[in-house]
Parts: sequence; structure tokens; C-alpha cells
Amino acid sequence: MPRFKIIPENPNVNFIGFRSVFFVFSALLVISSIAMFLAKGLNYGIDFTGGIMIELKTEKPNQISLLRERLSTLDLGSVELQEFGAPDDILIRIQRQDGDEDAQQKAVTSAKEAMGNIVAEYRRTELVGPKVSDELFMNGIYAVLSAMLAILVYIWFRFEWQFGLGAVIALLHDVISTIGIFSLLGLEFNLATVAAVLTIAGYSINDTVVVFDRVRENMRKYKVKPMGELLNDSANETLSRTVVTSLTTLIALLALYTLGGSVIRDFSFAMIWGVLIGTYSSISLAVPLLLYLGVTRRTADDDNDGVEQTSA
Amino acid sequence: MIRIPKWKTISILAVCLLGLMFAAPNIMDRATADSLPAWLPSKQISLGLDLQGGSHLLLEVKVDVVIAERLEALVDSIRTELRKENISYSNLGSDGHTARVTIKNLDDVEKAYSLINPIDSGFVTKTSDNGLISATMSEQALSQRRISAVEQSIEIVRRRIDETGVREPTIVRQGEERILVQLPGVDDPERVKRLLGKTAKLTFHLVDQGSSFSSAQSGRVPPGTRLLPAVSSAPGQPSSYLIKKRVMVSGDTLIDATPGFDQRNNEPVVNFRFDSVGAKRFGDVTIKNVGKPFAIVLDGKVISAPVIREPILGGAGQISGNFTTEEAKDLALLLRAGALPAPLSVLEERSVGPGLGADSIASGKVASTVGLVLVIVFMALYYGRFGLMADVALIINIIMIIGSLSALQATLTLPGIAGIVLTIGMAVDANVLIFERIREEIKNGRTVISAIESGYSRAITTIIDANVTTLIAALLLYQFGSGPVRGFAVTLAVGIATSMFTAIWLTRLIVVAWLRRTRPQTLEI
Repeated sequence: MPRFKIIPENPNVNFIGFRSVFFVFSALLVISSIAMFLAKGLNYGIDFTGGIMIELKTEKPNQISLLRERLSTLDLGSVELQEFGAPDDILIRIQRQDGDEDAQQKAVTSAKEAMGNIVAEYRRTELVGPKVSDELFMNGIYAVLSAMLAILVYIWFRFEWQFGLGAVIALLHDVISTIGIFSLLGLEFNLATVAAVLTIAGYSINDTVVVFDRVRENMRKYKVKPMGELLNDSANETLSRTVVTSLTTLIALLALYTLGGSVIRDFSFAMIWGVLIGTYSSISLAVPLLLYLGVTRRTADDDNDGVEQTSA
Repeated sequence: MIRIPKWKTISILAVCLLGLMFAAPNIMDRATADSLPAWLPSKQISLGLDLQGGSHLLLEVKVDVVIAERLEALVDSIRTELRKENISYSNLGSDGHTARVTIKNLDDVEKAYSLINPIDSGFVTKTSDNGLISATMSEQALSQRRISAVEQSIEIVRRRIDETGVREPTIVRQGEERILVQLPGVDDPERVKRLLGKTAKLTFHLVDQGSSFSSAQSGRVPPGTRLLPAVSSAPGQPSSYLIKKRVMVSGDTLIDATPGFDQRNNEPVVNFRFDSVGAKRFGDVTIKNVGKPFAIVLDGKVISAPVIREPILGGAGQISGNFTTEEAKDLALLLRAGALPAPLSVLEERSVGPGLGADSIASGKVASTVGLVLVIVFMALYYGRFGLMADVALIINIIMIIGSLSALQATLTLPGIAGIVLTIGMAVDANVLIFERIREEIKNGRTVISAIESGYSRAITTIIDANVTTLIAALLLYQFGSGPVRGFAVTLAVGIATSMFTAIWLTRLIVVAWLRRTRPQTLEI
């Protein structure tokens, strides 16, 4: 069986030494993400704005301008058309109509009537009225906030508050930069994206927890090693695992991104980004942060419960 | 470590076998799966509408309309009662859930109260010193009306959808005033929406011929009458009618309605039949009003107002009104299914055509197969023999996910497939953690068996900690998400659970079996 190595036998990357580089990079990433979000905002999907989305196949290819012409006579406000994966596959977005739910319904009916026989097949019709889009938006916010809170509480419970804080800072970094990249690239931000963000949150914490576990173990083992060295060793000892798991996850996600069809491409993209940034942040951000959060061997020793189990 | 109790071995293998049995029906065709003996699991994964194609409609019952109607009826009755008794009043009207009237002569207040109070028991009637009488709908009556309106609506929606021939629709109440309708296989729900968009309240009214039609049109509608528009304004037909408010016969006494053709001019019509009560009333009205036009009103619009040529005593009649064949068919369907107590509006619609659904299934299969194969190859190359053991666990894990989804009858959606693919990538993490730990222990100079032993035991807490956080995210996603996103949460959660089982217990079983057979002195990992 041929074997290959991705990570050298005894890796010795100086994560702690380069910490200021990582901190500056991460700070810039977070600040520019927030600036991007404030300046450009997100390209919210109809889940959150309300409105209409129709994906259709036309009888003949390249009918997009004809469709645009027909729809422009209807006075539906902003109507966007784009080719979606194939020349006869078209995605249409119609803005949320003024008025109540019935106004949205009328717009769909009139759009379908206007397009008539150009259309071979309606592949997808989605209509979200103002009431539901408001609810979905609020639910998305609740979901993300409560997930963060629940994860914080769990980490707090399993480790010490210093670790919890470090993990959540890394987590916020990942989530904010994901929102930033969605804003920068103008990718559609919808319910599926929220799902992706939550999964990223779970994954990122997962990675962080593995390194933190090792930090805590080493704190018990080496009573005199300087803290910086100890943190660096912990990150290096788990580096192989961190890289391998990220790779297998990325392999699966890349398969999904390239072969999974256009409907979930943005969703897969968000998760690919999340795996990359989550891996980076747990080693390069969460671990060096522990230096500043006042983690001492005393705190590790206090946490008897965790120590007993990891050293079992 | 080297000894795993027999009962444990047997339970681990039994769980795997169970997973296999529940997953098996999915690779058979439907008929084969159904013909399995009863003691074998035969359920297949149920596909979400985004995969099998279909339409999801979230409807809202406009209960306020019902309540407004009831209030209006109360106001009408108050007017009639007070006039009958010659009690003079002013400011009769309603706002919110309250009807109000001021009695001019304070001596009449008590008498007026005794007239108004019994009209509708759902209202609480109060008087005040200045002659004002107010009737407010009680909270109890409001919520009762709300509940019954939604329940009736569900019933009528079900009947209407059943009539269209959609197979296995799901129609359930959601929240207070909402109805969730799922229609598998319906890719263009325009007809269904058209059918659900009508309340289909059918009433028969006499046409007011005495009053001046033109003065009514300019806004002076005589009391007791109403100016209603015509459904279709065909040339030579009036665009509106002045009808008497009183309902002579109403559609709820219909027992059947079928589309047909008029024998004289072969135009599409709807034939209907009343029950005995309706038939008698219809007979009485037509006897007394021969030669007069009789308006057929549907949802506040006049379909037609044919002149009664002769008394209709058999309880059967015909509605004509410039219908197309399709319209006649739909109207008959609506009348058969009955009227909705309140109008419905569509809050959310998500429809997927069978083409896109099939494409999604196909690309989902390709993506997960390719992802699986790549991860398997990677693990084998990277960890050698141990990688292959993890690969066995990974394959069993996929089988167990499919088995669990089938057993739980959870709905598999497109994001759900994404969840499975993600699990493929993440499931090996537990094994990676264990193997890396074993590598380290070997490096630290431990013997093979003790390295493997501590590799497993030390990695376990980390594995649990790491998985719990992902599980938290999945649970919250399920709680707050809707539809397809929930499908993602389900596969993610199921995948985490099964992967912990296969990666920890199953691989341990395999590793131990290998150790006992070969008794290796060194370890290649």
C-alpha cells in the first residue's frame, strides 16, 4: 500500500510566533467584512425579502431577451432574468409586489400568462409573501443567535470560561467573514445559507474543541513548559488530524459543489469557505488567543471533571 | 481492549444488520418492496417535494372576513328589529368587534336592548346612560369562530383537492389560522390555486325591478338591495345588477352539481340538485315569481339572472353564464365541495417540476457517490490498512443513515442530500482522531495493543465534545428552519449519531478482530 504524507512526521509550525500576523489578518478580514456588509449589504433571497422566483426551461434556447420583453410590459417592478446553467434554463426573480399576499399571487399568474408558449416547463416556482418572509428572517436570526449561545454554554460547561470565550471569538470571526464573502461576491443569502452558516459554526467549534482538548491535556502533563510553547506544541500535535479532517470534508464538499447541481451550488460554496476559514481560525486564532485570556494551569487543574475524562 | 464481550459484539453487529434491513427496501422497486413479508421492513425513504416534484402551499384563512360578515349581519338585524318596532335611532354602525347604535328616546332603550340582546348569542350587549347600546363579540365567541372557520376550511380544501384527483395530498393546520397543503406530483398548481382562491358561496336572489337602476348606479342604492357586478360582461349583458339582499335559496342546500351542456344551444352549463329543504324553497320562490329574473350570485358577483319561465319543482336546475367547458367543470367541482367559510390567501408557494426534481436526485446521487469514493480512496492511501477499516465503517454509516431515514420516515430533501455528503466528509473525523492518537502513542514507544487501546479511549471525549457542538447546530436548525432546511438538519443529526457508532464501536470491533488474528508486533499506520 503506497503511503503519502501531507503533514511531516513531527510538524513544528510556529503558530504562536506568527500570532501578530494572524491577528492583523483576522482583524482586517472581520473589519472589511463588516464594512462590506454595511456598505453593500447582502443579496437576500426571496426567503427573506418576499417576492417571486421562477426557474423555467424554454422551448428554444436563448429566449431570455424575448422573455424580458414580455415581462417588462406587466409593471411588476424589478424583474431580473438570468441564464441558469444552460441556454434554455432561465431563472427569473420578481420583486415583492406592493400590497398584500394576493398581490403576489396575481403577479405570478400574470407573469405565467405573459410568457405563455415560450415556456416548455416550469422547473421551480417560489413565492414568498410579506408575512412569511418577515417570519423567516426573524427565525434565521433567532437560529444563529441561539446556536451561538448554546455552543458558548456547552464549551463553558466542558472547559473553562477562558476557553469558551476563545472559541466564540473564533466562531464569530468565521461567521462574520462568511457574511462578508457573501456580500463581496453578491451570492444569494437565503434560508439555505443560514443553514450553511450554522453548520460552519458547528464545524468551526468542532475543530477548536479538538485543539483545546489537547491544550488542556498538555497543561496537566507539562507543569513547567512556558505557556506559549505549550500552546504551540498542542496546535502542532493536532495539526495532522486538523488537516486530514478538513481535507476529507473539502473533498466531499467539492464533489457537491461541482456535481450537485446549480440549486445548491451557493450552499456548497458557503460550506467550503466555512471549512477553510474554520480550520484557519481554530489553529491560528483560537489557540494564540488563549495566551491573552488568562488561561493558567490553575484553571486547567480546577476543571477536574474534564481532566479525569481526557486522561482516562 | 483486546477482548470485547460477546454481548457487545453481537449488539454491534445486530445494529448494523438492522440498519441494512431498513435500508434494503430503497434499492428495490416499489412493488418488490411492498411484496416483502410483513416482518421485514418495507418502507422506503420519503422524498421531499423538491426531489419528487410537487407543490407546497401555505394558506391563511382570512378569519377577519368571517367576523366582519357576522358583525354586518348583526347590524342588519338590529336595523330590521328597531324599524319593526318603530324605535328611532341614530349612528348605527360597527367598528372592530363591536356594533353600536344610539337610541334617540331614552325610554325606548330598555325595549331596544331586549330586542338586540337575543339576536346573536356570541355578542355581549351593554347599554349606557346616553342611549348608546353596544354589542361586542365575546373573546370566547371570537376564538370559537376562528377555530371552526379554520377547521371547516381544512375540510373544504381537502374535498376540493380530492376532487382534482391529486394523489396523497397532505392538508394540515399550521399555527392558528394557517393551512399547509402539500401536493406531490403537482408542478403547476395554478388550477389548484384558482380553485382554492374562490370561497364559492352560491346564493339565489330576486332582482330589484322597481327601483331605478340608474340612480342605484350613481350611488343611491335603496335599502335592502345591493348593486353587484356581473362575473363576465359579455356584449349585450348588463355589467351589474341591482339585487335584493334577502337570500332566497343558498348553495349550502345543494347536494350535487355536474358540468353539462345546454340542450338548446350546446353551451357549457352546470346542472345542480337541491336537497329536500332547498328543493321546497326553490319551488316556492319560483312559483311566486314566474316571469321575473332570478339572480345567481357567486362570491358577490352575478353569474347570470335568467327569467323564471315556469315553477321549478323537482329541485334540479341549471346555471348558465357564458362558461367555457373548463369553467363549468371547476364551478361544478366547487359547488359539490361546498363553500369556504372565509377566503383563503396564499402566503407561500414552492413548486418544483418533475424535471428539476429528477435532475436534483440524479446530481445528488452522482455527487455523493463521487464524494464517497474520493474519501474512501484518500483514507486508504493515507492510513493504509486502518484507512480501509475506516472505509468499511463509512460505508456501513451511509447504509445506516439510509436505514434510519427510512425507519423514521423522515423526508429526504435536496439540502438533506447535501447533509449526507457533508457527513461523508466529516464522519471519518472520529477515525482520524483515533488513528492520529494511535500514531502518537506508537511514537511515544507504546506497544501495539496499548497504543490502540489508549488511542481509542483518549480520543472518545474529544469525539463526543466535537460532535455535540455540531448536533446543537443541527437541532436549532430543525427548530427554526422550515421545509427543505429541516431535511438538512435531520440528515446531519442522524449522520452524526450513526457516524459516532460506526467510527467508534464498529471500527474497534474490526481492529480487534484483526489484532487477534495477526498479533502484529509493529504497527503501520
